[in-house]
Amino acid sequence: MIDVTAPPGTPPAKARNRVLKQNRRHVPVLATLALLIIMYAVGVANYRGFSDTQVVLNIFVDNAFLLVVAAGMTFVILTGGIDLSVGAVVALTTTVAATLLHAGWSAAVVLPLVLLMGTVLGLGMGAVIHFFQVEPFIATLAGMFLARGIALLINRNSIPITDGFWTAMAEERIRFGPGVFISTSVVISLVVVLIGAYVLAYTRFGRTVYAIGGSADSALLMGLPVGRTRIAVYTLSGFCSALGGVLYSFYMSSGYSLNAQGMELDAIAAVVIGGVLLTGGSGYLFGTVLGVLVLGLIQTIITFQGTLSSWWTRIVVGVLLFAFIVLQRAVTRRSR
Amino acid sequence: MGSRPPVLEMTGIRKVFPGVTALDDVDFRLLPGEVHALMGENGAGKSTLIKVLTGVYGTDGGEIRLGDTSVLFGSPLQAQQAGISTVYQEVNLCTNLSVAENIFIGREPRSLGRIRWAEMRRRAVELLARLDLTLDVSAPLSTYSLAIQQMVAIARAIDIDAKVLILDEPTSSLDASEVAQLFAVMRRLKDAGVAILFVSHFLDQVYEVADRMTVLRNGRLIGEYRTADLPQMQLVARMIGKDLEALEELESQPRSSARELERGPLIAKAVGLGRAGGIAPFDMEIHAGEVVGLAGLLGSGRTEMARLFFGADRADTGHLEIDGKPLVLRSPRTAMAHGIGFSSENRRTEGVVAELSVRENIILALQAARGWTRPIARRRQDELVDKYVKALNIRPADPDMPVRNLSGGNQQKVLLARWLITEPRLLIIDEPTRGIDVGAKAEIQRIVAELADGGTAVLFVSAELDEVLRLSHKIEVLRDRRLVEELDNTDDVDADRVMRTIAGGVAS
Repeated sequence: MIDVTAPPGTPPAKARNRVLKQNRRHVPVLATLALLIIMYAVGVANYRGFSDTQVVLNIFVDNAFLLVVAAGMTFVILTGGIDLSVGAVVALTTTVAATLLHAGWSAAVVLPLVLLMGTVLGLGMGAVIHFFQVEPFIATLAGMFLARGIALLINRNSIPITDGFWTAMAEERIRFGPGVFISTSVVISLVVVLIGAYVLAYTRFGRTVYAIGGSADSALLMGLPVGRTRIAVYTLSGFCSALGGVLYSFYMSSGYSLNAQGMELDAIAAVVIGGVLLTGGSGYLFGTVLGVLVLGLIQTIITFQGTLSSWWTRIVVGVLLFAFIVLQRAVTRRSR
Repeated sequence: MGSRPPVLEMTGIRKVFPGVTALDDVDFRLLPGEVHALMGENGAGKSTLIKVLTGVYGTDGGEIRLGDTSVLFGSPLQAQQAGISTVYQEVNLCTNLSVAENIFIGREPRSLGRIRWAEMRRRAVELLARLDLTLDVSAPLSTYSLAIQQMVAIARAIDIDAKVLILDEPTSSLDASEVAQLFAVMRRLKDAGVAILFVSHFLDQVYEVADRMTVLRNGRLIGEYRTADLPQMQLVARMIGKDLEALEELESQPRSSARELERGPLIAKAVGLGRAGGIAPFDMEIHAGEVVGLAGLLGSGRTEMARLFFGADRADTGHLEIDGKPLVLRSPRTAMAHGIGFSSENRRTEGVVAELSVRENIILALQAARGWTRPIARRRQDELVDKYVKALNIRPADPDMPVRNLSGGNQQKVLLARWLITEPRLLIIDEPTRGIDVGAKAEIQRIVAELADGGTAVLFVSAELDEVLRLSHKIEVLRDRRLVEELDNTDDVDADRVMRTIAGGVAS
C-alpha cells in the first residue's frame, strides 16, 4: 500500500551540510567572542596594567545598566521589533527617582514606583503597536519623545541623590581580593541576564518570541499568542529600561533629564554586535553580553591609549556595526 | 461507505462579500477515513468554503455540524481545538525554529513552566515515525526541503488529534517523488480514520489519491461524486461549465509550430550569457513573432535564465545583444527602455500590488517607463485599461476593484495586461499558468499565441510541458542549470522526446 516506506535517506554529505548550516547560526556569536579575545589581547600587549583583573571587572561595573537595558532590547529585537525609547526611559527613571527622593520619599516606595512607571510605559507602547498596528519604530519613537519630554518638564537640572539606600547601593562593593571587586549593580545585571536567558530557552513565552521573529504570520496561524507576546516584550523592555535607570542613578548618584542620550543606540549596537539578527528570530542573550563587553572594551582601550578623543569609541562602534550587519546578511543569505 | 455517518457536515452555507456572493447554498460532507477533493476553478469558492469551515470567516447562513454538534468557529485556533487542522499552500511554520519546536510550539511538554526539551524531541521523533520520516528534530526547519517542511506541518496538524485534516494545495511546490511521499502519508492517515479534505489543481493527483470529490462553480454546489464514477474530462466540464466539445477543441488547439512562422528580425541574442550559481553560459536567439519555450524541471535554471534577459539579475559572463547591438543590462529599467517586459512567476510577491486597484496595477509599468514626471491622463488610462480588461477577459470587469479580491487566474491576467500595455517587443512570461484553473489557462495560452502572431517575441517559461509544446516555436531544454538542447518544435518533437532530454538520456 505504502510505496515510500524508506525514510528519505540522508546521505553523509547532506548531513554534514546540515550540521554546517546549524553551526552557521552560531557564527555571529563566535565572531564576537573572537573579536573580544583579540581586542583584549591587543590591549594586554600594548598597555601596562591592562591585564589586571579589575580592568575586566570595571567593564562590568561601568556598563551594568547598559547590560540590563540591552537584555530587554534583545527580547524586542528577537521578535523583529525595535525599542527606541529605552534611553529616554532611563533618563526619566533617574529624574523621577531623584526628584521623589529629594522630596523626602522613602526608597522603599520610590524604587517599586519607578520600576512600575517604566513597565507601564512599555506596556503602553506595546499596546499601541499591537492594537493600532503601528510600526514599533514609530511607536517607540513617540515613547522616546514622551519620556524625555516628561523628564525635562520635571527638572532641567541634575538632581543629586543623597538617600541612604541609594548611596549604600552605589558604594557597596563585593570584594574578591585586594583591589578586585564588583558593584551590586553588576550582580543585579547578571541576575537579569540569567533569568532572561532561562526565559528565552525554557519557557513557552521565550519560544514564542523566537517564533514571532521567524514569521509572525505563521506564529499566528500556529495558534500562538502573538499579540500578547508582542505587548509583553515591550513591557519587559520598559521594565528593563527602568531597572537600567535605577542602576544608572546608583552609578551617577544623581538624576538628570539629559542622561543616557543615545543609549538606545548603544543598546541596539550591543545586541547586533552580539549576533542577534535585526530581523528577529535568531540570537542569544549570551551574545548580547558579549556585545556589551565589546563596547566596554573599546572604551577601555581608548582610555588606556589616552591620546585619542572619546569620540573614537563611536567611530569604532560604527565600523563594527557595519561589519556585523554585513556578516549577518552573509550568514542568513547562505542558509537559504 | 455511505453507511458511516459523516464526521463533518456543512449544509446551506452562504457567504456574501460586498458585491459578490462567494458561496450560495453549498452543502459539503466529509466521511471518516476518506480523502475528499474539493474541486473548482479559481474563484469557485473553494478557499472561502475552507475559511468558513475553519473560522477565518463567519457565515451568512447555513449550518456546520461536527459529529453530532452544531459548531461555529470564531478563529482557526478554535477550529484546531475542535479537531479541524489546516495545512496551507504556503508552509506556515517558523523556519528559524527546530523541527521539534515547529511540531509542538504552543503545546510543549512542560513541568512547572519549564519546557522539557528532551521529551519534546523524543515525541517529535515518534510522531514523525508515524509519517515514515526520520529527521534530525533539533535541526532548524530551514535546513529541510519544502516537501519535508510540508510533512512537518502535517505532523503538527495530526498531533492535535485531528479528526479533519484540510490540505490546501499542498503539492503545488513539490516535485514528483515528494508528492508520492505526501500521498503515502495521506493514505496512512486515512487508514487511521482521519478525514482529509484535499484541494489541488493537479487533476492527475486528485484522481490518484481522492475517494470522492465535491465540485463547486461560481459559489454554487455542482455535485458530489465518487472519483471512480466521474471521468476526468467530465470533471473538467463540470468545473468550468462548458460542454465537452468546447473543451476538446481547446485541448486540440493547433500547435504554434503548425502555424506559419514568419520569423521576424532578430530581437535579442544571448552570447555566452551566464551567472555563477544561476545558469551556465548559454547562447540563444529570439526573433520577432517567435515563442521560445523554456522547459526543464523545477530548479533547472529556467527562471534564472529568464531573469538575465530582463536584467533582474546581473550576468557575470557573456553579453546580450538587442537589435544586434551589445547591451549591458544593469537593471530592469534598462531592459524596459529597450522594450523588454517581464511577468514574474511570483504573482504575489513580485507581481501584482494586492492593495492597488486593477487599473493602478495595469498602468504601473507604463507609468514607470514614462517616468513620474509625465503622468498619464485619466481618460487615456481608462481607455487603455478598458481595452485590456476586455481583451484579456478579466473578471470582475471592474477597474477599481482591489487586485487582492481577484482570483489567481485573473490576477495573472492583470499582470499580463500591465506588460502588454507597454507594447513590449520581447515579453518574458514566467509560469503564467501556475495555480490557475483550466479555463483561465486556455485563455492565457490564447493570449500568448496572439501576441506572437502580432509580432512580439515571447520567452515562455512553464513547468507544464504540454503548454510549452503547444505554444513554442522553439524549445530550450534545461537541466541542472545548463542549457542542454535547443529543439525546433516540429511534428516529431513530443512530450516524450523533451522529457528524455530533461531526464538526461539524450536520444541522438
